[in-house]
Amino acid sequence: MSAGAPPLKPEAKALNCPQCGAAIILRALGHAETVVCESCHSILDAQDPQLQILQKFEAITGGDRPLIPLGTRGKLRGVDYEVIGFQRRSIQVEGISYRWHEYVLFNPYKAIRYLTEYNGHWNDLSVCKELPVVEFASANYLGEVYKHFQSSEATTDYVLGEFPWQVRVGEHAAISEYVKPPRVLSAEKSAKEVTWSVGEYMYGADIWKSFNLPGSPPEAVGVYENQPSPVSQNVKGIWAAFLAFAIFLLMLMAGFDLLSTKGTAFESTYRLNAGEPKGEASFVTDVFDFEGRTSNVEITTTANVANSWIYLNYALINQDTGQAWDFGREVSYYYGSDSDGSWSEGSKKDTVIIPSVPRGHYYLRIEPEVDPKHGPLVYSVEVKRDVPVLGFFGIAFLALLLPAIAITWRSINFERMRWAESDHPVIQLTNSE
Amino acid sequence: MTQPVSNCPNCGAKIVFQWSSSVQTVCQYCKSILVRTDVDLKKVGQVADLPPDSSPIQLHTEGVYRNKAFVAIGRILYEYDQGRWNEWHITMNDGTSAWLSDAQNEFAISFPSHTTGLPAAAQVEVGQQYTWNNERYTLTVVTPAHYRGVEGELPFEYWDKTEVTFADLQSETGKFATLDFSDEQPALYLGEFVEFDDLKLKNLRTFEGW
Repeated sequence: MSAGAPPLKPEAKALNCPQCGAAIILRALGHAETVVCESCHSILDAQDPQLQILQKFEAITGGDRPLIPLGTRGKLRGVDYEVIGFQRRSIQVEGISYRWHEYVLFNPYKAIRYLTEYNGHWNDLSVCKELPVVEFASANYLGEVYKHFQSSEATTDYVLGEFPWQVRVGEHAAISEYVKPPRVLSAEKSAKEVTWSVGEYMYGADIWKSFNLPGSPPEAVGVYENQPSPVSQNVKGIWAAFLAFAIFLLMLMAGFDLLSTKGTAFESTYRLNAGEPKGEASFVTDVFDFEGRTSNVEITTTANVANSWIYLNYALINQDTGQAWDFGREVSYYYGSDSDGSWSEGSKKDTVIIPSVPRGHYYLRIEPEVDPKHGPLVYSVEVKRDVPVLGFFGIAFLALLLPAIAITWRSINFERMRWAESDHPVIQLTNSE
Repeated sequence: MTQPVSNCPNCGAKIVFQWSSSVQTVCQYCKSILVRTDVDLKKVGQVADLPPDSSPIQLHTEGVYRNKAFVAIGRILYEYDQGRWNEWHITMNDGTSAWLSDAQNEFAISFPSHTTGLPAAAQVEVGQQYTWNNERYTLTVVTPAHYRGVEGELPFEYWDKTEVTFADLQSETGKFATLDFSDEQPALYLGEFVEFDDLKLKNLRTFEGW
């Protein structure tokens, strides 16, 4: 043991690289099979006391340094790990090289774990103890179905630090990946071996926290194969909520409909002869009763207007208290035809609802105003008590439906982006006719 | 339980067998490999010091598997082209013996099986499936290995073995099997992967800083 070793992180062995003479630190005690010189990138046999060179490699790193420095310790899923190795691997898809990074995590008592990073997306992987079963385009693992995402040939481009197996730059492995976000299953095949690993998506911020790293993690670009959709969990929820609310609304509507008396409290028809002057025509109706709870009142005015109008100043007056509701309604209807064909505007009927009218004895004061050139006019007034307002339910229904549709759309879009990078894109992005 | 006691024929040191069925042991002092005969111990070879090794398990490590206490009394260290692994010979408190394999801290416990009709070394291939004890196993790796060293007590004579071939198999339920082709008759070991924490190991090696 070297004398100057700090108490918490002893340097198990201090040796020198036989290629360039730089100091080599062995961190994983006897676990490491391969160690890579950090200065000249020679791959060395960590088990050989003389550190025999296994592969001389002039790394073109392209500034590719591990984001988590070798030797960093952190806590992952409750276990302390030290980052001892780093490698860059790549696959070629349609002539484009996709690179990712792998970090080897070491604890002398626990199985090795791996962290992978691609474009700011992280995964925490370990070797599967249970063997997944491949069926067509899916893999069954511990009772869950993972969908095939991609099969590719991975090449090791660049290595640094220590590895629990003998790693070589330029090594190839056939990799098949299956996803069930947030998890991924990965099978690495060589002639002599198939190794399955299971990984779980991690956010850079959590890695930074786990390893107490300075600064902030690189931003995640795009959608990764097993990245949990920020909306997919909500889709089922929002539709369930929508359904529950829709049922609730229907019950509410049915309830209001049952409770509503919908009775006509007053109805009368009035006549205005042609050319009868306006003014002084104000009159009051007979008294009518509103019974039951405080409720709304619907007043419908119907007039046989034809290319004319009638304006009515109404006052609904409570005989007992003198409380009055004043309002004006216009009924107008115009029609004709022009070069575009026939047209019409307005309606012969007008309806208004007055909310929260208490029970009691009421009468209407009506003051009609008419077009001075009017012909004979007949208008009728109908007063209904306690009518269900169904329009409100329609608005509530829409207010619930729109976010459900929006979230579903976002979820579909997210999945489309995820699978666009796979062997099985949902929609061909170049969809030319 | 009275443990068989003898003396090393090479250096005279006391040899205590932890397990009455042990066939071979290594003298802790002179590293002689000793094989039990009916009456005495015979020196059959000598091991070099084991290379620096990483297993958190050591001789006398104790643990619990399926409510049975066990203790590690011997091991074989194997080497293959990608690295090394340990097969710890453990004895359970009911007198049976088993193997606790430690491959880069991936642990599995297996017991010898008396299944017959096993495939020959030349026949095995990655991807093949076998059914033993109603469990379907898939062959995941064929490993040509050689032994790098032995320590402690073993249930068979292992001192002259060099090149051996193993085939490892896995099931969908976490079961584990090894075909051992070191003898003329292939041997099968059946078991399962185990979690380090579940074994409740005591008397482990300590690693400075961990």
